[in-house]
Amino acid sequence: MGILINKDTKVIVQGISGKEGSLQAKWMIEFGTKIVGGVTPGKGGIEVQKVPVFDSVREAVDVNKPDASVIFVPPQFAADAIFEAADNGIALIVCITEGIPVHDMMRVCSYLKTTSSRLLGPNCPGITVPGASKIGIMPNPIHMSGNIGVVSRSGTLTYEIVDLLSRNGIGQSASVGIGGDPVNGTSFVDVLQLFENDPETHAVVMVGEIGGTAEEESIDFIKGMSKPVITYIVGVSAPPGKTMGHAGAIISMGVGTAAEKIKAFEDAGIIVARSPSDIVQHIKKMDYS
Amino acid sequence: MKLYEYAAKEIFLKYDIPIPKGSLVSDVNSAVDTVKRMGDVVLKAQVLTGGRGKAGGIARAKDANEATSNAQRILGMEIKGFPVKKLLVEEYRQPLKEMYLGITIDRQAKCPVIMVSPSGGIDIEEVARNSPDKIIKMNVHPLSGLHDYQARTLANSLDRAKSREIIDIIKKLYRIFIDNDCQLAEINPLAETEKGIIALDAKMIIDDNALFRHDFKGEETNSLEEVAQKNGMSYVGLDGDIGCIVNGAGLAMATLDMVTQYGGKPANFMDVRAGANAEQVKAALSIVSSNRNVKAIIINIFGGLTKCDEAARGIIEIFPLIRKPIIVRLSGTNEKEGRAMLGKYGIHMAASTEEAAKGVVELGNPDK
Repeated sequence: MGILINKDTKVIVQGISGKEGSLQAKWMIEFGTKIVGGVTPGKGGIEVQKVPVFDSVREAVDVNKPDASVIFVPPQFAADAIFEAADNGIALIVCITEGIPVHDMMRVCSYLKTTSSRLLGPNCPGITVPGASKIGIMPNPIHMSGNIGVVSRSGTLTYEIVDLLSRNGIGQSASVGIGGDPVNGTSFVDVLQLFENDPETHAVVMVGEIGGTAEEESIDFIKGMSKPVITYIVGVSAPPGKTMGHAGAIISMGVGTAAEKIKAFEDAGIIVARSPSDIVQHIKKMDYS
Repeated sequence: MKLYEYAAKEIFLKYDIPIPKGSLVSDVNSAVDTVKRMGDVVLKAQVLTGGRGKAGGIARAKDANEATSNAQRILGMEIKGFPVKKLLVEEYRQPLKEMYLGITIDRQAKCPVIMVSPSGGIDIEEVARNSPDKIIKMNVHPLSGLHDYQARTLANSLDRAKSREIIDIIKKLYRIFIDNDCQLAEINPLAETEKGIIALDAKMIIDDNALFRHDFKGEETNSLEEVAQKNGMSYVGLDGDIGCIVNGAGLAMATLDMVTQYGGKPANFMDVRAGANAEQVKAALSIVSSNRNVKAIIINIFGGLTKCDEAARGIIEIFPLIRKPIIVRLSGTNEKEGRAMLGKYGIHMAASTEEAAKGVVELGNPDK
């Protein structure tokens, strides 16, 4: 039944009274996600999308006992929102916010090691388990239940790939965006581990991009996996020293080029697709079910 | 945001890191006056790029004559596309030894990393490539901060005899790194001179996402990058002729790659961000088409938060002014409405990213 979340996962929305928080809460509810409440400091007592809004995560936890929180608060307050969720024992924290200072994220990630919370993101589209639950902002209609796990650093590129898989009759066990920031909570390896242990997942599509070495760090793990992994790396045409939209997508001090990553995968015998449709071709070729 | 050497050195001064006496000038006369006052000096081009030494942007001047000729030459230079508008004139300090000290972010370990090397004064990337064993690294816990023993260990690896001075500089640079939300704080070379250890150069890069809590002022360049940023979008100029407009950074990179795969050369990267409205799409088209090299434009929207009909409205409003062929791919939220709107105007459309990439390359090379 997918990874990290299921149809019974109870979710609160931090920043639910904002424009984006409110709209995405609506779409999550339409998808089937159990949104049980929201948090906006100073707005406690109102209702948004027919769920109660609280002043603090503490109050939401007392009333609703949520398993997960999804964060839509502006970047200058987002780290605080993550700390608040973690301090109140929320098991899964999904942070959508883009633009959080990287020094804040270093402190957050360091602190989270002392708690039992898992952070997905920030600057990510969240996670969707088709037919069960969605925490985040992936478009509702593109998903289809099946046996392919998708993990990516990107948002819209993930939608493009998931949509293409579904149009070709290839369903997903879960689609996960780990986020485009240089420092984030959940890594490729963390998600690959979850897919490896998930009986519903038969093969994995992993979408990487320029910047850092998150892709290379997953190679040893992929080699030990029992399930096939198809990778796709974007940013071949990116120049060094320039941030390509995502804060983490930058070739810095010569490290993090697409060519380097593709070569590392190919040297390790891992499949590298050249385009989204090439991913589909590779999956069709393999007998993954 | 990169800081100029002189701006980084102003911060060094506040934190009491030893630097050479100097003054910032923007014309030859002031440079000459400074030489008359200070004597033996170094003139250093102030540009936001590396490699200025190799490009001839740094010169010593011992008297007014040398100052005149060198200042004239450097102030007229362009280094990697950056015109030299200002010179930092500093007293000359003979380095007896050149070392390296830098602090950056270890993305894998999710914490600051301090790097030192006894081989300073040259490009640290070169040292990393050729003799990685000459770089000593130390991760710092983001919550507990830099410990004395860590600074001591690093300093001892550079020069035991001078370790007290170096420890002091390491600790101060770490404070600068934290206090200013740096992505990089670097001293290269960190020089031993007769009068002690000194920072001959200074480099700082500030996290753009943290600028809201600092007072750093970037200069107005009116570049397309800057115009895009003001509109909440992200633009990077490239040297090809295919204009690219995409929502989302990952899809934008994928689109550029596909244009390249089909034999085209992207003129730019542009991420209009999720949730872009008609106005933003209009602004994006106007920015991308203002690059004269652009022969054809690809617009690739995967609608989630971005609505395809909104994007189409933006395209239609500005389309008559563009005078360059455009191919549009709309998919996702309200795609039917968006496509129907564009259809009335005879704008080229594609069903997938790949089809659009192939199409735009053909539109850009009509003779092939």
